[in-house]
Amino acid sequence: MLIVKYRKTFFWISGVIVALSLGSVLFFGLNFGVDFTGGTLIEVRYESPVPSQDVVQSTLSSIGLTGTSIRPAGDDGYIIRAGALSDEQRGSLEEVLSINNEYVASVERLNEIGPTIGQELRNKALIAIVLVSLAIILYIAFTFRGVSKPVSSWIYGLIAIVALLHDVLVPFGVFAVLGNFLGSQVDTLFVMALLAILGYSVNDTIVVFDRVRENLKGNADRGRKEEFALTVGKSLNQTYARSINTSLTTLLVLFSLFLLGPEATQDFALVLMVGVIAGTYSSLMLATPLLVAIERRGKN
Amino acid sequence: MWQVRIGAVLALVLGLVVGWWVVSSEINQTRPFKLGLDLSGGTHLVYRADTSNLSESDVPESMAALRDTIERRVNLFGVSEPVVQTERGGRFSGEVEERLIIELPGVTDTQEAVALIGQTPVLEFRLMKEGGDISDTSTEDLFEEASVTGAHLSRASVEFGQGAGGLSNQPVVALHFNSEGSDLFADMTRENVGRIFGIFLDGVPISTPIIQEPILGGSAVISGSFNLDEAKELVRNLNFGALPVPIELLSTQTIGATLGAQAVSDGLVAAIWGISFVALFMVFWYRLPGVVAVISLTIYIVVMLALFKFVPVVLTAAGIAGFILSIGLAVDANVLIFERIKEEFEKGDATADAIKNGFARAWLPIRDGNLSSLITAVILFWFGTSLVEGFALVFGVGVLISMITAITVSRTLLLILNINRRGSLSKFIFGSGIKL
Repeated sequence: MLIVKYRKTFFWISGVIVALSLGSVLFFGLNFGVDFTGGTLIEVRYESPVPSQDVVQSTLSSIGLTGTSIRPAGDDGYIIRAGALSDEQRGSLEEVLSINNEYVASVERLNEIGPTIGQELRNKALIAIVLVSLAIILYIAFTFRGVSKPVSSWIYGLIAIVALLHDVLVPFGVFAVLGNFLGSQVDTLFVMALLAILGYSVNDTIVVFDRVRENLKGNADRGRKEEFALTVGKSLNQTYARSINTSLTTLLVLFSLFLLGPEATQDFALVLMVGVIAGTYSSLMLATPLLVAIERRGKN
Repeated sequence: MWQVRIGAVLALVLGLVVGWWVVSSEINQTRPFKLGLDLSGGTHLVYRADTSNLSESDVPESMAALRDTIERRVNLFGVSEPVVQTERGGRFSGEVEERLIIELPGVTDTQEAVALIGQTPVLEFRLMKEGGDISDTSTEDLFEEASVTGAHLSRASVEFGQGAGGLSNQPVVALHFNSEGSDLFADMTRENVGRIFGIFLDGVPISTPIIQEPILGGSAVISGSFNLDEAKELVRNLNFGALPVPIELLSTQTIGATLGAQAVSDGLVAAIWGISFVALFMVFWYRLPGVVAVISLTIYIVVMLALFKFVPVVLTAAGIAGFILSIGLAVDANVLIFERIKEEFEKGDATADAIKNGFARAWLPIRDGNLSSLITAVILFWFGTSLVEGFALVFGVGVLISMITAITVSRTLLLILNINRRGSLSKFIFGSGIKL
């Protein structure tokens, strides 16, 4: 009830969150991974001693590797991003990284992505996000087709998408900040996490909407007249415990994946955690109050 | 009631049997989990094949021949279970292009793999040397170059005719030479009746017929005990094997074995902790139904693991992440149901009715929520790259199986408890949360 009553406050909060996310994306920009930009990713491990970052950097530029950036990975390795490798560069990589045999280097991971593949992945990612959103609007409009009063079933779908936009923008914002300070990258895994968030967040929103639908039907069956805002408020009261508990269990799992899981999926778990929190927030405090706001507007 | 009890016992026994199979097949390695390259270590290469010099209708055949050629080279690595496949890609970057995808488990020297695969294929004809000894293993020692070369072959085709054994309608392979080739071939066969004529692709013999008689017309027939598929394969190799389809390296991915093994053990640890946290939370918050949820969750996990082995699903880091995420979602259906059952209790329903009604009412949101997740999984699967496919498959199957276990196993188990919610004990065990 509280949420419906003070919905304007929550709209403001949501607005500020979205503005902050957009702002940080615009301000910091996104740190795209090599799978989207094309280029080379090298993960190298050293048996102790480990050369300093500067030494590795200067060695790489001495063999003419362009556009390199280096960040430490664990205590004994580096993750290097660079432009395309030539055959000789690829062949001598381990040798070069051993720096005149002063160190013992082993290349643990080598990813080279050609520019066409990068572009293709980027386009596919965009298309997938748009398709998922469209499919979800259609699905909600279809499954809520019996509900047309006081708000048409299409509105339910549209509101779900507004909530989705919110849930997608927040991880982007967080990753713009993290990318700037920690070098976190927007890559294929990020997009996958984003798509999983779409599914998850819609699930959350649907559960609340479903309760609204059920209560509307119950009222209609009993011929009872009730203010829409009241029905929505009741529905929220009946579902928030489930929403929070589900998010909590999912977060528990994701948190273990983040803390203890493989390094490769750490950022993935982080995006999902941010998305799950944003998704739960948006279905309770953005999507549902929006239903009431739109109904009010329709009345006036 | 008896039916429900039998159902519950069946579900538990089935869970135990499947669980036992998962564990024992892993210990005995009779059916171990299939790990993707990113977990087991290896090299994944993507090539673009330049088919611009070919007519559209020749493209599929020449790609198949290219695949055969590369497969032959890859086998030189002695890799177990290499994958070589063709793909039509690039739909989303403008031009459609033919691609070749190569997976070499265990190979971590990218440059060596690239060097070996990147050679242009050569079709050669050779004659076995007089007095050549089969025990001589080296091709150089055994064969000498023939006067005809691959460039003289204009085309090969499958024909049906009198086979060597006198059987009719046996497939044979016909070679047709160009005019220069016809003369050379006629001279060569006239002088070398009875010798072995070797056809080599990339230095590997693909056919070694014996010259039976001089062949003057420029068309030779290789007969033998081919079945139709073998004859077709030989024809494809002859026609397209040496065709210059230049390949260009688009991307490489190499993962060292230690990094992969690390990812597997970390993933396992994360999964165990994650599941334990969830189980603890469920039992403390939802009490008796929570215990039921944990049992049904365990059955869900066991069924999924068995599916991974049985299908088999190639597990990648992303796939494992998808599985761990699906465990979180699997709880959701149970939470929805329990919240509903509690409401029904509060309305004053009897236990069995409350459970049945609770399930009935929770079904709609469960269906809608899971269907929307499934839609996402299907689109993700279509999204393509092997990385994403692994995640989408595991996630999609997980959503489906978790929904089924929640509405069948949890329901059956709750019903057989047959608890009447009158006493304060049952009031407590069916309650939830903490009273403030």
